[in-house]
Order: sequence, then structure tokens, then C-alpha cells
Amino acid sequence: MPRDYIPILIFVVVAAAFPIVTLLVAKLIRPSAPGKTKLEAYECGIAPETDTRGRYSIRFYLVAILFVIFDVETIFLLPWAIQFDALGLFGLIEMLVFLAILIVGYVWLFRQRALKWA
Amino acid sequence: MDAILFSAADFHVLKPVILLCLFGCGILITDAFLIRNRADRWKNAIPALAAQVAVAASLVQHLGDVRSGGAFSGLNGSMQVDGFAVFFNWLFVLAASLAIVISARYMGAEGEHRGEFYALLLFAQAGMSVMAAGYDLVVLFIGLETMALSFYVLVGFLRDTRRSNEAALKYLILGAFSSGLLAYGFSILYGISGSTNLGEIAKAVAARSEGDLALFLALITCSVGLLFKIAAAPFHMWAPDVYEGAPTPVTAYVSVASKAASFALMLRIFLTAFESAAEAWMPLLGAIALVTMTIGNFAAVTQTNVKRMLAYSSIAHAGYILLGLVAGNETGLRGVAVYLLAYVFMNYGAFALVAALRREGEAAEDIDDFNGLYHRAPGYTILLAIFMLSLTGIPPLAGFYGKYFIFLAILREGYYLVAVFAAIYVAVSAFYYFRLIRACWLLEEGEQQKPAQLDMNFGTRAALVACALLTLLIGIYPQPFIDLAGESVLAALR
Amino acid sequence: MSIDSILFYLFAVIILGSAIMTITRRNVVHSAIWLIGALVGVAGLYLLQGAEFLAGVQIIVYIGGITVLFLFVIMLVPVREEALTHRFSSQKWIAVFCSVVVLVILMAFVVHGGGSLEFPTREAPLEPGSLTKNSEEVGYVLFSEYLLPFELASILLLVAIIGAVVMSKTRKSETES
Repeated sequence: MPRDYIPILIFVVVAAAFPIVTLLVAKLIRPSAPGKTKLEAYECGIAPETDTRGRYSIRFYLVAILFVIFDVETIFLLPWAIQFDALGLFGLIEMLVFLAILIVGYVWLFRQRALKWA
Repeated sequence: MDAILFSAADFHVLKPVILLCLFGCGILITDAFLIRNRADRWKNAIPALAAQVAVAASLVQHLGDVRSGGAFSGLNGSMQVDGFAVFFNWLFVLAASLAIVISARYMGAEGEHRGEFYALLLFAQAGMSVMAAGYDLVVLFIGLETMALSFYVLVGFLRDTRRSNEAALKYLILGAFSSGLLAYGFSILYGISGSTNLGEIAKAVAARSEGDLALFLALITCSVGLLFKIAAAPFHMWAPDVYEGAPTPVTAYVSVASKAASFALMLRIFLTAFESAAEAWMPLLGAIALVTMTIGNFAAVTQTNVKRMLAYSSIAHAGYILLGLVAGNETGLRGVAVYLLAYVFMNYGAFALVAALRREGEAAEDIDDFNGLYHRAPGYTILLAIFMLSLTGIPPLAGFYGKYFIFLAILREGYYLVAVFAAIYVAVSAFYYFRLIRACWLLEEGEQQKPAQLDMNFGTRAALVACALLTLLIGIYPQPFIDLAGESVLAALR
Repeated sequence: MSIDSILFYLFAVIILGSAIMTITRRNVVHSAIWLIGALVGVAGLYLLQGAEFLAGVQIIVYIGGITVLFLFVIMLVPVREEALTHRFSSQKWIAVFCSVVVLVILMAFVVHGGGSLEFPTREAPLEPGSLTKNSEEVGYVLFSEYLLPFELASILLLVAIIGAVVMSKTRKSETES
């Protein structure tokens, strides 16, 4: 069984090795001359006032959590799609019921203007 | 492929759940599209009440079918409608109806009487309904999660209140933790039996030898997860904060319905799956029950906030109810059912009264705020006294019969020491309940006797009076209620 | 040692190492990144068990969704690293005690109760080298035997949608609507 995943393993190894090798090669080849000016904001860039961990708007969180919820929904779609022929009309109706309930949530969400950014 | 048919019988089994979900979705949609007048408090409450009526109608059907033809199951045996499920569903209908009636007023005053509040109430009830009738671990767990998730949101519904937010956060974190433990226990149960059906699991558990480690681990994790849900010590820490911080109608609903549903789940699992391992769990739960009563009662004595006092007292009540399960005989389980039924009305009444007084401009937070209440609102004080006396367990009120059967059951099993402790704690509880009653009659020197203007709206008043009347009725004429409870117990034992 | 055992120990090391790194990092963002390592390891274990569907779910939902959500939450709450130096110190010993108890129970189970769990066996053993029909099986079971949990899951998700909006919406946007 595991040997079915050898292509994936190769892919993972290559993907992991690529940045490491690139960085190492770059480190070996490039000349090293650190200087203070190099760390400053470039040209017309503005020097940062605070660190990056300020407060973000709660809306980012809302979008993220809604993404997770609909992500889970798509997970349920996958096994149905694979077994589409075997499940037939009954499976289709089941899936429609499932989606209808979530669409109620989506419509409600839309009416609440929860997705509006302003 | 005939396994994947959804027959008319399945529909019949599932009808209460389907109705609740339909009405919940309907409220969401109508609230979003149709309701323009946001000031009208009843526009969302009335469909929610209609849902209760519809569910009650289908429960009447279920009860008739169970009485004539015995328990029946549907959806490949993952749901089982028996007296037990019907009884608990009735409790949920009662609790939800009362919650809706008092919410219309309370949430209206907070400006939060929106569709999603009622929809969440109904979805929570759908989850509880599944918990009471489920006969499959996956079904039970999803029902539990639906209930719990709805309650986390309901508890934190007043977002501008810091306490409400804090309560929701605590509830969420501890609730998720306990759900995780329970899921772990369920997974081991699946490992033991290779099936998620409770009947199959019961067979596999019975085939295990005594002191089997897998069984022990499953028992421990399931118990801890469930004890969290019923707020038994030492897993009770969330309850006072949640009860104090939540909007009061939600507090009443959580403390009554969520507790009843969690007990339903607990009874179902312990009396089917773990039935043959009773020797292992009885001493464990007995010890937990004693600790729970001790902590609940003594902590309640020290409270000055009424909601917190009621919260700790509800922890103590969970201890008494657990004793009924520990005794394990028919009397004890009947006691559990009677206790929960009485508990719905008396605890609801107590919380609803606190909520109602608060809405009417009375600051009903500290016990001192109740000073002289009798001189301002004699009627409500009498109702309060009824609820408090019933919570103590004074005959002839509903609370007495629950305690009576549970004491009888533990004496029959020969747990005399436990009975002595339980009796002492009843005396302790009398102290703090009576303190509240006493405060109502107390009039401080020189305090003006304010003319009472506590006219509540019709819904709240009706709910309160109904609670009080039923508390009295069950106390004075208990036989039909005891029979009903007995019927449900027989189903659970079978 | 078979290749399966080697892979098992490899994934176990990945999970444990990442988990330890997750709870010991001062910087919460680093913790979240290490958590991904642990989750990848779990996905690998699922694959070893032939549960391809679950492995996919693990990657898509946990790594693709939940960890991203974690990072969002970390950004939302500006926690300075100094604030984390004394975290949990007051309850440290209680936590250690509880962890030891849980560890003892689990170790007892692992040492003495090993092999005491039975799982439904596959009717026909798989041919070596062939992909399992795991996703197909999940699809079939989900839509037949576990029809009710499947539909209830949509109610659960609906409640989650409502909850997310209710808890995160600000009062201001409400009066506008």
C-alpha cells in the first residue's frame, strides 16, 4: 500500500529540498557585506511605527471561520461525488437537503450583511 | 441498494427533529426577509412556539405508538423511540416553550429579540431530541454537539455584556474539552465492539472480562465527558460563571434542558452500553455524587448573588439525580425521571422570576435586593417561596417526590451512609433557600414601603404561574406523573 | 522491520517532535506553524491505516482551514511575547499532576491492554499495490448507514455559521442594516 504514495513522497522531498538547497547555494555564492542601511525601508518606504502584531479587524476572523465551515461542507461533497452513480437519485436528494440547510445559512448570512466589508 | 432508503417509518421516528429544524430554518429566513418591524417582540417567538406545538403533536403520536406497539426504531437502528425518549422529549418541549415565552420579554428589553436567537433555541432542542432518542454513538455525539454549539452562542448572545462574553468563552473551552474526552471514550467503545450501535456495544461489553483495561478506559473517559456536561463536581467549575453571565432565559434553559439532555445521554449509555459493567461504575459515580452534593451545597451557602446561588444549588441537584443512577434499581431511575420533571418547573420558575424582577427595574442580583419584596410584590414573593420550598424538597411540592424516590432507592440498596449524607445536605440546602425567602419578608427600619408596580407582561406571568401550578400539582397529585416517569424508566431498563 | 513500521515510527517522531515544539515555543506564530507538522504526521498515520479520505480531510480541513484560522486569531489578539513568560505558572503543578495521571492510565492501557481492541475486518484483503477503495467506502457508508449524522452535520454547520456571525458582528454594522 505505501508504495502507491512513492510519487507523493518524491514530490514532498523535492518540495522540501528546493528552498533549503536554494538558500544554501545562495548563502555560499553571495558576498557577505551586512550594513545598517540595508535593513532600512527602501527609498520612499515608511519606517514602521509599531510591530506587526497590531489588532486586526474582526472581519478577517469572520471570513476565516466561514471559510472553514464551507470547507467542511465541501469535504462532504467529495464522497458523494465519488459514489454518485451508486447512490443515484436518493443520494442526490440527500445531498440537496444537506445543501439546502446550508444555503439557508448562506442566505441568512447575506441578509445580515455579514459579508459586507464597509 | 435497499439499505439507503428513507422510509415513511424513518420519517415518523425523526419527525420531531425534522420539525424543529424546519421551523428553525423558517425563522431564520422569515426574519431575514419578511420582518420589517423589529420592535415587535412576538414575531419570532410565535413561530418558535408553533414549532413546540407541532413537536408536541408528533410526540403524542409517538407516545400512542409506544403504548400500543412498544418501542420502535428507525434509520438502521440509529434512533430508537421508546418511553424514555418520549419522556425526555416532553421535558425539552416544556423547557423550550417556557424559555421562548420569557425570552420574548427579556431579549426584547435587551434589543436582541432576533430571529437567530429563537432559531438557535430550536436547533439546540433538535440536538437534545436526538440525544434522547439516539441509539448510535455517532448520532448521539452529533446531537450533543449541535446542542452544545447552540448553547455556547446563546450564552454569549448579549455581546455588549462582558460577563456574557466571558461565560460563553469559558463554556466553549471547557465544553469542547469535555466533548473531546467523550469522543475519545466513544472511539474506544467502537474499538471494543466494532460497531457504533449501542445494542451491539452492550453485547461486546458484556463479553469482556472484569477489569478489562480497554473497557476501563472507555468508562473513565465517557464518565468524565458526561460529568462535565451535567456539571458534577469536580467538573462543575464552568457552571456558576455560565449561569451568572448568560442572559437569564438562556440560563434557565441551559440549567434545565441541557442538564436533562445530558442525563438522558448518560442514562442511555450507562444503562445500555455499560450495563454489564455496573459494578465498576457504581462506586465511582456514587463518590462523584457525594462530592458534587458537598461542593454544590456548601458553596451555595456562601453566595450572595442569587444567580450564583441557584447555580451552585443546581450542581447539588445534579448530585442527587446521580444518586438515583447509582442506586440503579427501578425506584432510583423513576426518581431520576420524577426529579428531572419537577426540576424543570421549579428551577425554571426560580430563574424566570429572577429574570422578570430584573426586567421590571428591580435589581434582583444580590440576596439583599430581595429584602422586603413581599411588601412590594406579594404575588411574586409567594411564587418565589413555592419554587424555593420545592427546590428544598418540602412536601407537598414537586421537588419532594424526586428526593423521596431517590432516598428510597438508595436505602433499598443498603447505602445507609450515603443516605445520611444526602439528608444532611438537604438540611444545608434548606438554609440557603430559606434565607432568600426570609429576605423577602424582611423590611428594614425606615425603609419606605414602595407601592409595587411590577406588572409583568402576560407571557412571563403565564409562564411563572404555570410553573408554580405544575410544581403544586405534581406535589399534590403525583400519581400520573410518577406513572409516566415509571413508563420511561422501564423502557430504559429494557 | 517492514516499511510500514519504519513509516509509522517516522510519523510518530514527526508528531511528537512537532507537538513538543508547539507547546514550548514562546512565539505563538511559531507554535501554530509547528502544529502543522503534528497534523501532517497524523495525516501520514491515517494513510498508513488505509484511511485515505481521512488523511485528505486532515490536510484540507486541519492544515488548510483550522491552522489558518489559528493564525488569524493570533493576529487578532495582540499578545506580546513578554506576556507569555509566566503563562500558567500558578497552575503548573496541578497540570503536571493531571498529565501524569492521564499518562499512567494510557501507558497501562498500551502495555497491558494492547490488542484488546477489535476492529471490523475487511471482507476481502486488498491486493498489494492497489489503492484502497477507502473514499468510495466512506461515501457509501455516509449516505446509507450514517445518513442521519450526515444530515445533522449540516444543522451543526448551520449553527456554526450563525454562531460565527452572532459572536463577531459589531453593533455598528447592525444599526446600519
